[in-house]
Amino acid sequence: MDIIRAIEAEQMKKDLPSFRVGDTVKVHVKVKEGNRERIQIFEGLVIKRQNGGLRETFTVRRIAYGVGVERTFPVHSPMIDKIEVTRRGKVRRAKLYYLRKKVGKSATRVKEIIE
Amino acid sequence: MKKAIVGRKLGMTQIFNEQGKVVPVTVIEAGPNVVIQKKTVETDGYNAVKIGFGDIREKLLTKPVKGQFEKANLKLKRFIKELRLEDISGLEVGSEIKADVFQVGDKVDVTGTSKGKGYQGVIKRWNANRGPMSHGSKYHRSVGSMGASSFPSRTFKNKHMPGHMGNVKSTILNLEVVRVDAERNLILIKGAVPGPKKGLVIIRDSVKA
Repeated sequence: MDIIRAIEAEQMKKDLPSFRVGDTVKVHVKVKEGNRERIQIFEGLVIKRQNGGLRETFTVRRIAYGVGVERTFPVHSPMIDKIEVTRRGKVRRAKLYYLRKKVGKSATRVKEIIE
Repeated sequence: MKKAIVGRKLGMTQIFNEQGKVVPVTVIEAGPNVVIQKKTVETDGYNAVKIGFGDIREKLLTKPVKGQFEKANLKLKRFIKELRLEDISGLEVGSEIKADVFQVGDKVDVTGTSKGKGYQGVIKRWNANRGPMSHGSKYHRSVGSMGASSFPSRTFKNKHMPGHMGNVKSTILNLEVVRVDAERNLILIKGAVPGPKKGLVIIRDSVKA
């Protein structure tokens, strides 16, 4: 069991920013086009974080041209260049699935934590 | 068989490959296997090596088993297996087979003993369909027809019926070696492998490759 933990620990990122459900984040995703590599930014609201350790994933939701788009990323994926937290949100749920049913302004409305 | 190694299943995890994709892997503690005896065509009629794997206390082995190690003047090992390799010229008594016999990208077959499931019905054991659970049906999860009636007047052999399931030798073919760590004696194989954690497995080059 310890060997498996060690293999997983080798692949985990140590410099992850702390972000939670409700935060607005910019995910810098590496995109391969042929043999060129560029960075694409996906910005949105974190609506869930699930699993733990190496298997941990998070889902970012954004409204693009009036259509809700959700992308799930493994937290420790090497395809993620970096994660920037642009806004800290205050929420009372672990999973913000209720946002999926919301339309318009309320679809992205999450109170901000003012420090 | 060109190359083979005996190991122990440690469990499963996932790793990220070069494309950044998640690959499910089984971690196997492979070797080192120490050669206890060489069998050649001249002496035994076929080529093979007898190998030992895994350390064990002296108290736990019987005299006949210990004798095999004493003859070769080697440390005691928990498991003894015979590998019928085509070419055994590079191996001598006492030499070791290590995880680096396999390279990343090799296709392998993995043999192990599947997890025992105990006495199981036809639905789990043979993937039969169950009957309706309600609306007055009395046929739920039992065996269906045993076959035709007066002809043949018997139930054919191998009719799928309840019984003991699992705990049999099982081989998964054509799995890919994802990573080899000779220092820690580890081989990471894509996908699942038969048996429980700590179960003995034999990795060999694939018959399909």
